[in-house]
Amino acid sequence: MPKPAKLGPQPGNPAELILNGEVSPNEWQLIPQVEAGEDFDLSALPDGKVILPLRQWKDNQEALAARHDEIGVWLDSEEGAELIGDGAVELPLIAINFPAFADGRGFTAGRLLRERFGFKGELRAVGGFMRDQLTYLQRCGFNAYAFEGEQPLVSLKDSLSDFGDSYQTGTDQPLPMFRRRF
Amino acid sequence: MYRYDDRDRAIINDRVAQFRGQTERYLAGELSEEQFLPLRLQNGLYIQRLAPMLRIAVPYGLLNSTQLRRLARVSRDYDKGYAHFTTRQNLQYNWPQLEDIPAILAELAEVEMHAVQTSGNCIRNTTSDPYAGIALDEIADPRPYCELIRQWSTFHPEFAFLPRKFKIAVSGSEQDRAAIRVHDIGVQIIKRGEEIGFQVLVGGGQGRTPVIAETIRDFLPEEDLLSYLEAIVRVYNQLGRRDNKYKARIKILVKALGPEEFGRRVEEEWQHIKDGAEKLTQEALQWAKSFFTSPEYKEFDSASTQDALQQQTDGNKAFARWLERNTYPHRVPGYRAIKLSTKPTGVPPGDVTDSQLDAIAELADNFSFGEARVTHDQNVVLADVEQGKLYDLWQQARKYGFATPNIGTLTDMICCPGGDYCSLANAKSIPVAEAIQRRFDDMDYLYDLGDLNLNISGCMNACGHHHVGHIGILGVDKKGEEFYQIQLGGSASNEASLAKVLGPSFSRAEVPEVIGKILDFYVEQRQAEEPFIDTYNRIGLQPFKERVYAKAS
Repeated sequence: MPKPAKLGPQPGNPAELILNGEVSPNEWQLIPQVEAGEDFDLSALPDGKVILPLRQWKDNQEALAARHDEIGVWLDSEEGAELIGDGAVELPLIAINFPAFADGRGFTAGRLLRERFGFKGELRAVGGFMRDQLTYLQRCGFNAYAFEGEQPLVSLKDSLSDFGDSYQTGTDQPLPMFRRRF
Repeated sequence: MYRYDDRDRAIINDRVAQFRGQTERYLAGELSEEQFLPLRLQNGLYIQRLAPMLRIAVPYGLLNSTQLRRLARVSRDYDKGYAHFTTRQNLQYNWPQLEDIPAILAELAEVEMHAVQTSGNCIRNTTSDPYAGIALDEIADPRPYCELIRQWSTFHPEFAFLPRKFKIAVSGSEQDRAAIRVHDIGVQIIKRGEEIGFQVLVGGGQGRTPVIAETIRDFLPEEDLLSYLEAIVRVYNQLGRRDNKYKARIKILVKALGPEEFGRRVEEEWQHIKDGAEKLTQEALQWAKSFFTSPEYKEFDSASTQDALQQQTDGNKAFARWLERNTYPHRVPGYRAIKLSTKPTGVPPGDVTDSQLDAIAELADNFSFGEARVTHDQNVVLADVEQGKLYDLWQQARKYGFATPNIGTLTDMICCPGGDYCSLANAKSIPVAEAIQRRFDDMDYLYDLGDLNLNISGCMNACGHHHVGHIGILGVDKKGEEFYQIQLGGSASNEASLAKVLGPSFSRAEVPEVIGKILDFYVEQRQAEEPFIDTYNRIGLQPFKERVYAKAS
């Protein structure tokens, strides 16, 4: 699919998020993508923990090596998990953008990062996903949910336990039900 | 049939509770229309022209009498006392109240039913052959695989927000009665020696861009079914177009990449997961098959039951006709399958009243081990009827309005709800069906015409399967007026083909006359017992076109 000419909606930086089932302060700052043709100014990168767009991370991996523990990466919805690939094991955080809740590519990306590329760090959903997707996200390996805008996170996190069991495998359940019935 | 255990029940009850919460949030204004839309759709709830429409899943069409009675009760208590069988072997209610839906779902959950994934951009109800388990040409019973697919696809966490809806059909017989070539994935059960496996087809579909599916795997071992499906849907989820809803189905991706390249990507993905936990175990396969064993058939001497039947048909033309058109051979001597026709003249095809639903339950209990099957042509099959009880069954079916002996004939039409109900429709379809039924109500003429599928869709979304009708009728909008395009030559069988447009469209009033011209021409042209579709395939579209559009001399 051709790259969109313009940048899609960029994820924000809410003050709080749901992390490992609890409302927690957001310690990471997500850096938006730059328009095609514009330069990315590495020296302007803020101190502390930052989440870089995939391309900026790829272009600057060596320069950023010293800040290893405070550099995360975010994938846009058309960027597949294989673009990080085995590099995932080195990362403390990967965020996946859902430009709209109906764009389900991030579910596959999450699963592949966990199941194929051995990612063990924080897997964060960012962008326009919604509460009612939390169980699906959780089953695809996500453990952090940075909702956009003002949201009642304390009640939202209840949706993580909408379902007590599942038919298929997921990152939370290595065995499909047909292997557990007997 | 498959029966829930505590695990299945827990999942469905969790869903009922979840949807109750979602509905409450919507009614309280906490969920926007846009946010509620995919949630209600994944529970089969549409907002239609006049009222919400709720689509209930009937996995591969199979119902027991308890479920039928509950469906009848729900239509009485929450609807206007009728329901509609769909071409995905499901059932729809046209008049429920939004605030009642959670209660309806709770009632259905009590009888192991739900509305999960009957709409939305997710994996829909898997469909199959209504004669599964009893057909003479069966290679293996498709239902255990359908049930395994149902479970695998239910709340699949990765595939709930696909680019577009996704439909899977499984055929277990030599003759394809599940229309697998017009599905996103078609699964054909085959045997290599004694080993069961699957031929896998992808990228078929109807809608705006009808496509016949392509084979991407000639033989998939039985235990690999789910992992292979997972690989296909995973490739589609990543690469399917999301910028244009009309180009978002898998058929467009398969066309764009080419079936070879698409298949190569699936195989590549599958190599990573084929030996994972979704690989079916022998234990799981045996377990799935254990729900679809033969009922306790009696032993009959086929010669004597045949004689008895012969005596009943002698001198009883009406019964003989019903026997010929509405019953189907059974692999067990002394039994036949029968089809209850939901298509007497004047009733929208597929519509049944609450008392008819109760009647189907009663007939199923009395004649067919308590089970019934919804068919993709919107009728109902009772699969296991003793030949000696056919006469009795026929009389009862007549009483309930199910014995119109028109199965497989012109008036056994597939027809979508159309502009009378559906907000997508360009034109009405039910009145067209009725006008055709009224014009062609002479049973002798219908029998003489023989096997003939006429399918009507009220818009190009093709819910009435007009692309694969021998005669297809498509409602179109011409400057705000309803017109109808006629197509010829479609088929959803093994030799699947897409119908071709005959020419300029007609007004609703003209349609029966045009169908009459087409049929007259067929009768003139046919050789011996040649069915309509064979005559069409022999002589082609052009002669029909010339006849229909000939200037009156």
